[in-house]
Amino acid sequence: MSGAPRTVAIVGPPNSGKTTLFNRLTGLRQKVANFPGVTVEQHLGTAQLSPDREVDLIDLPGVYSLRARSEDEQVTRNVLAGTMAGVPRPDAVLLVLDSTNLGRHLVLAAPILSLGLPTLVILNLADDLRARGGDVDTAALARQLGAPVALISAAKGEGVETVIQFLLSRVSAPAPLELPVLQDVPRCRQWATRVGRHAGYQPPAPPLWTRRLDRVFLHPVWGPLIFAVVVVAVFQTIFSGARPLMEGVETLITASGGWLGARMPAGVWKSLVIDGVWNGVGSVLVFLPQILLLFLFIGILEDSGYLARAALIADRTMARVGLQGKSFIPLLSAYACAVPAILATRTIENRRDRIATILIAPFMTCSARLPVYTLIIAAFLPERPVAGPFLGSRAAALLGLYVLGFLAAFGTARVLKSSVLKSGPSAFVLEMPSYRWPTWRGLGLRLLDRAKVFLRRAGTVILGVAVVVWALAHLPLHDGRAPRIEHSLVGVMGRAVEPLIRPLGFNWKIGVGLVSSLAAREVIVGTLGTIYGIEGEAESAGLQAALRHDLTPAGAVALLVFFAFAMQCTSTIAVVRRETGGWKWPAVQFGYMGALAWVGAFTANQVLSRVF
Amino acid sequence: MQVIVNSETGFPLIELAEGEHAVLERLDLPEEFARRLMELGFLPGHVITAARSAPGGDPRVFRVDGSEIALRRDTAARLRVRPPAAV
Repeated sequence: MSGAPRTVAIVGPPNSGKTTLFNRLTGLRQKVANFPGVTVEQHLGTAQLSPDREVDLIDLPGVYSLRARSEDEQVTRNVLAGTMAGVPRPDAVLLVLDSTNLGRHLVLAAPILSLGLPTLVILNLADDLRARGGDVDTAALARQLGAPVALISAAKGEGVETVIQFLLSRVSAPAPLELPVLQDVPRCRQWATRVGRHAGYQPPAPPLWTRRLDRVFLHPVWGPLIFAVVVVAVFQTIFSGARPLMEGVETLITASGGWLGARMPAGVWKSLVIDGVWNGVGSVLVFLPQILLLFLFIGILEDSGYLARAALIADRTMARVGLQGKSFIPLLSAYACAVPAILATRTIENRRDRIATILIAPFMTCSARLPVYTLIIAAFLPERPVAGPFLGSRAAALLGLYVLGFLAAFGTARVLKSSVLKSGPSAFVLEMPSYRWPTWRGLGLRLLDRAKVFLRRAGTVILGVAVVVWALAHLPLHDGRAPRIEHSLVGVMGRAVEPLIRPLGFNWKIGVGLVSSLAAREVIVGTLGTIYGIEGEAESAGLQAALRHDLTPAGAVALLVFFAFAMQCTSTIAVVRRETGGWKWPAVQFGYMGALAWVGAFTANQVLSRVF
Repeated sequence: MQVIVNSETGFPLIELAEGEHAVLERLDLPEEFARRLMELGFLPGHVITAARSAPGGDPRVFRVDGSEIALRRDTAARLRVRPPAAV
């Protein structure tokens, strides 16, 4: 057995390019433990170093120190100490630092080197350093730190072979010339300056392009305007731009279903496969292009550095409801999915701010609502221009629903922060990273990750619910034959909840959809696909027609409002329980959101049915 | 070396105009928060330059130790700085 490492942790401050290096080393061979997230969760991967050698990599959250104050720091510290359950103690560390800001980033080297684990100090963003006239003597720095040093550009792939060589070699514990007292921040910083000076570190010239761009993006007039344009453009694209892609997927599903149906003998199995599985799962799969497009936009905004500017612009608005700019990033992620958003709240140190952010995050319009919204809007609202060629009526309706969720979130935050979760003035501190070009590789891996999560859900939860709904719709058997749907178990369930939802304008079929969507919101589309499929009105266009037949326009609006407010997502409930450490908050959240959904839908239906 | 600063030369960071710089004297903040700012480069003796602010004027962005950090006005009001000439 050689002394080469098997499990290696990647550590570094935020914005040092850790994740870029991790992606570069592991490529497609990576997974997110438990839940998908930003860098808050643990990302695990395998790097193929040579044909017969590979190493496991752990990408840890970005931290400035190991003082274990925030949960990010705690996770990093526990993993490095080997006290994290289910994670083997790493036998080496890749410490990734931003070479353009070495003075400050070197401070983290002190606590990392003092752990005694073999460490490679990686100075990333070497291309940026050189382009802006900076320099550093890696050999001299290695002597000072008593550990090997590599100057690389993870985004361009320069110098990555040095990292691979380190991982292949027999590594040994670092032997720094001196280390500062770790508790003393000024001394640590002085130590870093000294070390940098001995290594001939020349800081680069200021990032001119970043300053030029900020002159525009943070301009008192242009800044907020660009912010608004970005938001509208994202919504318009995910709605209209995704259409051809979605139609392509739909054609594929319909064609494959038809092909399969023609080759199966008529009977109960054909009904299960075509009506249950194909219609149920297929009607959800159609939304994959739209969801990926949304994640693509969030990825571009985050990787380019604009997201931090957006948080800065948003901070004042957030402060008005008692939150802070740091809540903005989780809340923006919640537009994709509440689960990674709730994990991303770990960066908020103030517990009350954090709980408030967790409680309002599921109001933000997550991608699971998109299938429901798209279906109902497309069924009831004809497409016509609203604001020239830029905004169509359907995109405007969708935008309106996003605003509705946003208002519910902020109204709730205001109530919480002025009562049960009141706290003193919160500490908002945010680093503004330099603007960077997002890499295709980084964006591609991110999308692949999301697609996998979505398909896994379609293949498990949604498939399961589709089969169960199909079975319930075929039972109890009368003389060996399935009953009419309104006499089936599904019909009985739907009718049981009908008195409760009748005032909202929903009939028992929508009721069945609502019951099944307690598992996950988008399940209702699959369930309705299954129910109407059984009635012989299959396919998505047929689904829209069937909905028009079953819902009044007022009822359709009520259904949209219901979905905007209700907390129909078991994954979110589970993650809230885990992150708040008990059932109290998820129970409060579920009850509150459910009550708001009922009242909102009731009001919408009662008012609108008098108008129309 | 001892620097004696009288109250007239010191002023809160928030009063620094865009493009001007000053030297940080002390952080009148709870210890935990002060430590966090120190980790980001807000260390006594370091030069801070006021950069752009958010469109509404709050928070403000400061250049310190090679990076740009946004702070709310109420936080910046509790950092005492002195003009660089007083060094």
